[in-house]
Amino acid sequence: MPLFVENASLIMSLQDLGRFGFMRFGLPESGPMDWRAFGSANRLVDNPPDSACLEVGFTDASLRLEKDALFAICGVGYQIYLNGRQMPLWMSFWVQKGDRLDFEKTPGGNWVYLAAAGGISSQVWMGSRSVYPKGGLGRLLQRGDRIPIGESTHQSRWDAGWFIPQANRPAYDRDVSAGVIPGPHYERFTDEAQAAFWQQKFKVTSRSDRMGYRLQGENLAHRTGVDLLSQGMVMGEIQVPSDGQPIVMMPDHPTTGGYTSIGTICRPDLPLIAQAQPGISEINFVKINPNDARDRLIKATNDIDKIEKPQEDIWTHL
Amino acid sequence: MKRTITDELKMFPRFNPVGESAILLEIDEELSLEINRRVYALDTCIQANPLRGVREWVPAYSSMLVIFDPLLVGISEVKSWLKNCLENVSDNEVQKAKKVVIPVHYGGENGPDLNHVASYHHLSPGEVVRRHTAQTYHVGMMGFTPGFAYLLGLDLSLATPRLKSPRTNVPAGSVGIAGGQTGIYPLESPGGWQLIGRTDLALFNPDQPPYFLLAPGDEVQFKAINMGAF
Repeated sequence: MPLFVENASLIMSLQDLGRFGFMRFGLPESGPMDWRAFGSANRLVDNPPDSACLEVGFTDASLRLEKDALFAICGVGYQIYLNGRQMPLWMSFWVQKGDRLDFEKTPGGNWVYLAAAGGISSQVWMGSRSVYPKGGLGRLLQRGDRIPIGESTHQSRWDAGWFIPQANRPAYDRDVSAGVIPGPHYERFTDEAQAAFWQQKFKVTSRSDRMGYRLQGENLAHRTGVDLLSQGMVMGEIQVPSDGQPIVMMPDHPTTGGYTSIGTICRPDLPLIAQAQPGISEINFVKINPNDARDRLIKATNDIDKIEKPQEDIWTHL
Repeated sequence: MKRTITDELKMFPRFNPVGESAILLEIDEELSLEINRRVYALDTCIQANPLRGVREWVPAYSSMLVIFDPLLVGISEVKSWLKNCLENVSDNEVQKAKKVVIPVHYGGENGPDLNHVASYHHLSPGEVVRRHTAQTYHVGMMGFTPGFAYLLGLDLSLATPRLKSPRTNVPAGSVGIAGGQTGIYPLESPGGWQLIGRTDLALFNPDQPPYFLLAPGDEVQFKAINMGAF
């Protein structure tokens, strides 16, 4: 068991891309909060895109390594220290048995992903390694847990040093601008609420987790009734209950809900919302149509593949 | 006459995008067995006519959510495929519903609220059990937690308000009544339903297929294991 958890963060779990096909039975997809950081971490260590990663969120964490391995950590809101020396995010690096890896929480975001070459080889439920504690599929990681890593052909530090250039990473910022496709119940909100939705700035509240992010802003009033017959929901959907305060559905969201949805955050921008810091970040929503959102999704997906390696060995300079 | 926005909202069927990766088809806004059966006829039709790029779909009381990969298929193509499916579904189409019999231990520590439900309706506990087992229920949709089925068909003479204060721990398999609904808790969880019994069957077992005892569209019959006790 190559990874020993010396200290677990508030929300720390193993996630792959998620499990599909069971939403009709009430089981959400799960998967990473920030799919772009997750995908980049796997890409940098040459893993298949659905390999499981360690998702670390909201507070500090520490690991002790029990095997040599190639790692990459992507995301925002953390500083990483290998045996006390600061390491870059969005770049692969070599670790050795006995090393200590510290995740120190800093402002700027909430989540980082650790990918190990060979992938995390933890238990599979229903075709996926994603943990979903509410459904009895595993639990959050705790101090003393050991995490297995699969075999990899990358066996030396010479495989390290690949990175994703700044321009190809998500544009994380304190001020978040996220594309939203209106609907499916947009017309059920008053004209004032519709205008306010696009004009005002929302904050994420601390009542936010892998199920959903609760936002705070001006009340969004409904024209007609708030409640609907329960319907299926997707990740990124923004439901507005009778208190007028939106809730954004995150990967462990309930599969069905009975509140009106004013819109859905487009997938390319969902990582920006996932990384929006409770009480700090200011979010504004920008109208986008499904086809433009699709074009941006293609670009965001392609950006994951644009990895580079400096000509000279970076390790001689560190 | 000028049509208002509220009138527009009442025009069904409605197709709406949910982000760039899903379409919600609302067939109606009423809860009825007839409309729900139409959803499951559509479900059968979708299954029989797969479209490349459609990842999964979620039937509910009167709607269908279709989730697709926009890198594999365009939203307009999904919409016309779905529309075509809906138009080819006949209201009379008989769907082959799976029938599931669920044995239940009623009352006692398995159903701590059975006596309350009985006295609330001035019935004997045995009569509550008789009426609860007399109906054939229909799984209108699933959601809330993995394996939880929203059952249509409760004898409304058993409709009982929820507990004033929810229990912190309801055991898995508990059978309850909440208002005009009845259902089974698949997992141990907090809950405010009036508990009248418990089944030993696993509603959700992530360790081996079939993972779920019930599927949307199924027919359900409860059977009292301990009928002699009443």
